[in-house]
Amino acid sequence: MKTNAKNTQGRVRPVERGEFVPDGQAHWSLAGYLTHLANGCLSLVKGMGLTFGYFVHPGRIVTQQYPENRETLAMFPRFRGRLALVTDAASGAPLCTACGMCEKACPNGTISILARRDPANRKVLGRYLYRFSQCTLCNLCVESCAFGAIRMAQDFELAAYDRSDLQLVLYGKED
Amino acid sequence: MTEQQAGLADDILENGVAMTVPPGFSIDRRERHTDEYFLNMGPQHPSTHGVLRLMLRMDGENVLEVVPHLGYIHRGLEKIGENQTYLQNIHLTDRLDYLSSHMNNLALCLAIEKAMGIGVPERAEYIRVMVCELQRIQSHLLWWGVLGMDLGAITSFLYGFKEREMITDIFEEMCGARLTMNFFRPGGSFADVPDTFIPRVRAVIEKMKTAIDEYDTLLTNNVIMHLRTKGIGVLPAKTALAHGCSGPVLRGSGVALDVRRSDPYSIYHRFSFDIPVGTVGDCFDRYKVRMEEMRQSLRILEAAAASFPGGPYRSKKYASYNLPAGSYYSQVETARGLLGVYIEADGGPKPHRIKYRSPSFANLSALNDLAVGHKLADLVPIIATLDVLIPDIDR
Repeated sequence: MKTNAKNTQGRVRPVERGEFVPDGQAHWSLAGYLTHLANGCLSLVKGMGLTFGYFVHPGRIVTQQYPENRETLAMFPRFRGRLALVTDAASGAPLCTACGMCEKACPNGTISILARRDPANRKVLGRYLYRFSQCTLCNLCVESCAFGAIRMAQDFELAAYDRSDLQLVLYGKED
Repeated sequence: MTEQQAGLADDILENGVAMTVPPGFSIDRRERHTDEYFLNMGPQHPSTHGVLRLMLRMDGENVLEVVPHLGYIHRGLEKIGENQTYLQNIHLTDRLDYLSSHMNNLALCLAIEKAMGIGVPERAEYIRVMVCELQRIQSHLLWWGVLGMDLGAITSFLYGFKEREMITDIFEEMCGARLTMNFFRPGGSFADVPDTFIPRVRAVIEKMKTAIDEYDTLLTNNVIMHLRTKGIGVLPAKTALAHGCSGPVLRGSGVALDVRRSDPYSIYHRFSFDIPVGTVGDCFDRYKVRMEEMRQSLRILEAAAASFPGGPYRSKKYASYNLPAGSYYSQVETARGLLGVYIEADGGPKPHRIKYRSPSFANLSALNDLAVGHKLADLVPIIATLDVLIPDIDR
């Protein structure tokens, strides 16, 4: 909520502009010129010194060897990869009840759900179509699900050669 | 006809085409023996940071006029927004200024909360402030690295990304995304921060304290950096205000306007931070303002981490957010300046009209005034210190 309380802490502070290049017209004396030259060269050496410090201390380098560390690379639990169905641990059946809330919540028309009737005439999930090419991975479908039946998977290498490879049937008969 | 009048007529009509010479043009047309030419810079130019296309009217190496051509990444987000619910609109704001996506989310959430009178729990307010300040640092780090690269120093790009990665990891663990976060919701956020949040933020604060000194050694105190940015692209305060500039660009020109201070949203009124302002208004001032802003963001983060409360992270969830008919406005200070969200609601679940006042668009309009009279090579630090983000310009 917007508050009308005024912030009186802190102040307005002009920034420092350093010594290398004077503002306005420069009038160098020979001594001033030489000092400037020396300071300038020193600044380059100092910067180089910092990178050299990292060169001799490889332990401070944080580079990940990405394609090589594929086996050990794990995403965070909340990582939003592509959509996946959550299945019941015991029966292996999806928790989805085909209510269609995720379909409604999706901003891009990514999800299509086909319900069918089981022999007991209850509405159950028939087919769960997920068009990954349209998905913006916004997580709204997962939030809208009242049954915890969908989740964002941890996959991260999601490129495909063909657009049709991104039409995923998460449940039900493939075309 | 005097010589001066002849020169003037020559300026106005050249080959039957009206030509304008902008103010600040330093070379007398009558004394030079070169022809003007047009140069196309972008849309695929590495230093225009995306698909910004600039048409330059040049005289040799001197820039006479800059005309930005926009629309290469226009997606019509405002029009798309009319067909999406308010909740779905939040994920579209990610794509305005993708380096300030949390702050964009917040701007829309603030407008929805204002319209529906939704309260925000204490913990959620702290999460908002901390996440936004983390992202300000993250965005400035990317800007810093890319600025160095534009000036020819690859090193700063790698060093900036080193610390940026720590913050990106915090976001990834918190909401699962690294760029298009879609984290905030009206009344809080979609998930609580993980237990590791505060320790990780503390680690970033500790790391950044020494890292900013490293950045100063590498770039701020580098003589080449000074020579290439000082006195380049001077933007007087009056011109900056006339163009509607905001954020570090405006503050670099000496105007201490910060929405966090002038119109405090969330709980920014509780935190103490300085507003750095420039004195000259050149590229170097804009650079220093951003560097100082990172330090001030760390101050806010430190204070917030010290008093981070428990409790709920979101107030009551609504099944559908139907804003009562009327118009609502909210504004936040993103890493680039003032982002305004204006909603014209008709009582339904979708906005009748939604308008984003994006900071980069206004900041870019000052480009011609900044670049005129400078060399082509100086245009690069000018664009870099304006820190325009093309998806934010085009929307």
